[in-house]
Amino acid sequence: MSEALPQKRLRIKFAKENALRYIGHLDLHHIWQRSIRRAGLPLIYSQGFHPQPKIQIASALPLGFSSRAEFVDIWISPEAEYSVEGLQKNLPEGIKVSSIEEVDLRAPALQTQGDYAEYEVTILDEIPADELDLKLASLMDAESLPREKKKKKRGKVRTFDLRTLILDLHRLPLDGENERIYMRFTAREGATGRPDMILKEMEIPIEAARVERTALVFKA
Amino acid sequence: MLTPNQIEARLERVLLTVQKPGRYVGGEYNAIHKNWDTIQTKVALLFPDIYDLGISNVGLKILYDQINQRDDALAERAYLPWLDFEDVMRENEIPLYALESKNPLANFDIIGITIPYETLYTNTLNALDLAGLPLKSADRGEEHPLIIAGGHTGTNPEPMHAFIDAYVVGEGEEVIHDIVEEVARSKSANESRAALLFALAQIPGVYVPSLYEVEYQDDGTVAATKPKVEGVPSRIMKRIVAKLPPPPTNFIVPNIKSVHNRATVEVMRGCTRGCRFCHAGFTTRPVRERSVEEVLDAAEKSIASTGYEELSFLSLSSSDYTGIAELVEAVNERFPDEKLSVSLPSLRIESVSLDLMEGLKKRRSAGFTLAPEAATERMRRIINKFITDEQLLTTAREIYERGWTTIKLYFMIGHPSETLEDVEAIVDLSQKVLKEGRRAIGGRAKLNLSVGTFAPKPQTPFQWVSVDTFEQINAKQDLLKKKLGRGIRLSWTEPEDTMIESFLSRGDRRLSDVILSAWKNGAKFDAWGDQRRYETWMNAFAEHDLDPTFYTHRPRRVDEIFPWEHISTAVHKKFIFRDYQQSLEGKIRVDCREQCFACGILPQFNDLRRENPGKGWMCPEVKPKKIRKMKDLSMETL
Repeated sequence: MSEALPQKRLRIKFAKENALRYIGHLDLHHIWQRSIRRAGLPLIYSQGFHPQPKIQIASALPLGFSSRAEFVDIWISPEAEYSVEGLQKNLPEGIKVSSIEEVDLRAPALQTQGDYAEYEVTILDEIPADELDLKLASLMDAESLPREKKKKKRGKVRTFDLRTLILDLHRLPLDGENERIYMRFTAREGATGRPDMILKEMEIPIEAARVERTALVFKA
Repeated sequence: MLTPNQIEARLERVLLTVQKPGRYVGGEYNAIHKNWDTIQTKVALLFPDIYDLGISNVGLKILYDQINQRDDALAERAYLPWLDFEDVMRENEIPLYALESKNPLANFDIIGITIPYETLYTNTLNALDLAGLPLKSADRGEEHPLIIAGGHTGTNPEPMHAFIDAYVVGEGEEVIHDIVEEVARSKSANESRAALLFALAQIPGVYVPSLYEVEYQDDGTVAATKPKVEGVPSRIMKRIVAKLPPPPTNFIVPNIKSVHNRATVEVMRGCTRGCRFCHAGFTTRPVRERSVEEVLDAAEKSIASTGYEELSFLSLSSSDYTGIAELVEAVNERFPDEKLSVSLPSLRIESVSLDLMEGLKKRRSAGFTLAPEAATERMRRIINKFITDEQLLTTAREIYERGWTTIKLYFMIGHPSETLEDVEAIVDLSQKVLKEGRRAIGGRAKLNLSVGTFAPKPQTPFQWVSVDTFEQINAKQDLLKKKLGRGIRLSWTEPEDTMIESFLSRGDRRLSDVILSAWKNGAKFDAWGDQRRYETWMNAFAEHDLDPTFYTHRPRRVDEIFPWEHISTAVHKKFIFRDYQQSLEGKIRVDCREQCFACGILPQFNDLRRENPGKGWMCPEVKPKKIRKMKDLSMETL
């Protein structure tokens, strides 16, 4: 067991922005791996035939979204010294570290700890405010919103209730030219809502919106 | 032209509609962002294929490093969009832009294109077109960037002569500075494009095609290539660096998956083996090595600055590097980190190679690659790559015994005078190799067989020979497919690809029209098997009343004047011809580390050699000038 090795676990909160918006989850994993190596922090590797560095990213962010609230857990040697600045200067420009804290080695995996997430969605094309309000209200007022989702593998279709994933939707006060929407969804394992689901309901293509995750809240 | 901000605004609206948008946004670690407004000379470095391939090109890494070391110049990068994004760019009028500043390529002073292989020619035109630039050199003026090219295709720049303003022949590390300085001077003097081109033609190693003209003989071969104006050299000698400069170590680390995504250190340039089919072997002479200490330092720095978990030492023949054993030993001492994997390409077929690989092996890689290239003694003598079957089989046995389960064998068909018996020998030998594996480790033993088709290259001993016809290639490939049997995985080159490569590599100036027509009719990404448009190429030849077989299947006369006759790699034509004749006689020429065969490198570069005595160069020492002069004098007075 790798737990036998002395180690400590760090939880890093970071923003993902600019060019990094277009980098997917798997590639982000490699970016963290190399950045941590550059920063000289000795990563702990899993045991087994194909040892992997122990890095866990909280919740996969869809391609194109930026975020102010991403989390990654990394396991490193206990004696390693770290700092926000030391890590920051080894990261590509689109990742900004806001804090690092040590967490309990036995704490459950980050991916299982999500509770809800908040988003700010900017609509890049002009859209009348009342039309927006009406649409959001109709989604909020619906009792259920049964939808179909194709599974990636074998193209199996699964039905789910979009309404149960939505916690809040409302238009934000105008600030600048574009309308913005506040969205809050559940972010639990197997029950994760996402802004693109709402954009689809409103027939707004994803490239016509700028989506930012503003908060990811873990279970208490 | 759009501003960088306008380009970024358009990108935001389209990037999520294409595959892998990470290719098009930059933002990588170690990318260099300089102040656009205060820097005098701006260079865009372009690899004319997609990001995933181009990001690992070592030539551009070196130039990026060299240019960005200057305070008065900046270098940024550009790659070709894949088909989906090309459509989107054209539809939304987004010009080809550089990843760092998002400036359109048209805003740069110089666009430097690396063209390491011929199947990038149509892509090069596509890139110029996407950048909104006139394709032909003659149609560009002071308001356009200077288009320079370099890379291995520089040994026969003629097929691209109409499109490239200046082609660099040879190594780029020093000449790029000369070019940057000349462009800066010309720009501040408000010179005409013509004056700039004339000035560039004075720089050693720089070929300005528009200042030369070609006369043809009645049979369509070249009679002469001559300067059109006075004051430019009648022959362009390749440029080399006397000593390899410190290698780049601050590699850009791509944010997305790419090929050869690892830290690299070039340990040695050139090769002393003299395999007659090998373009690099004849055109990158002399052999210059870096010291083990310099290689290790560079490796250490690049791993620290990139965080890569993979390191590769580059050369044409790792086994021939003088310090190879010492290097392998030192690598293990310096990098005790067991997560780092180190690779050595192009090892000789001998058990010492296994010791080297085992010495490096932290994590056992599954495959071991060997390149015998030919399977009969006769063929091996012809191509001058001599090993015995016994050597190959012994090495193969040991590879399997020492724990590798897969061997990959590289062969080529289409060597001069090859018969079906020679091809059948590939089958026999491969089966024997697999048998060794089965005997050693049973059914786990695997053999992958890669059989390319030889395309004759300019400036090599085989520049006189013809490429196999479709019928010959098909017969040979059919034989391989039929006789190989189970358990051996075969990969081969499609004959159409070999033909395209062949007519482009030994083409003359008339091919510029063909390339342009082929591109206009949709040819691009010619190196991608699934994008091949052979018909389009044939139509382009027909359109210009040219016959592709003139370039592919016509054996050259012994006294033929080649389209690249005015471009010199310093290796004498007489030497190459003698080597070709020896090939016909089945004569081997040993490694020139053992004996100098006077290929022409040393007389051409003897000043450079004199300035760099000692072990760095593998050519013999040159006596200091003074002493020799005195001797000459005394000889004369006697």
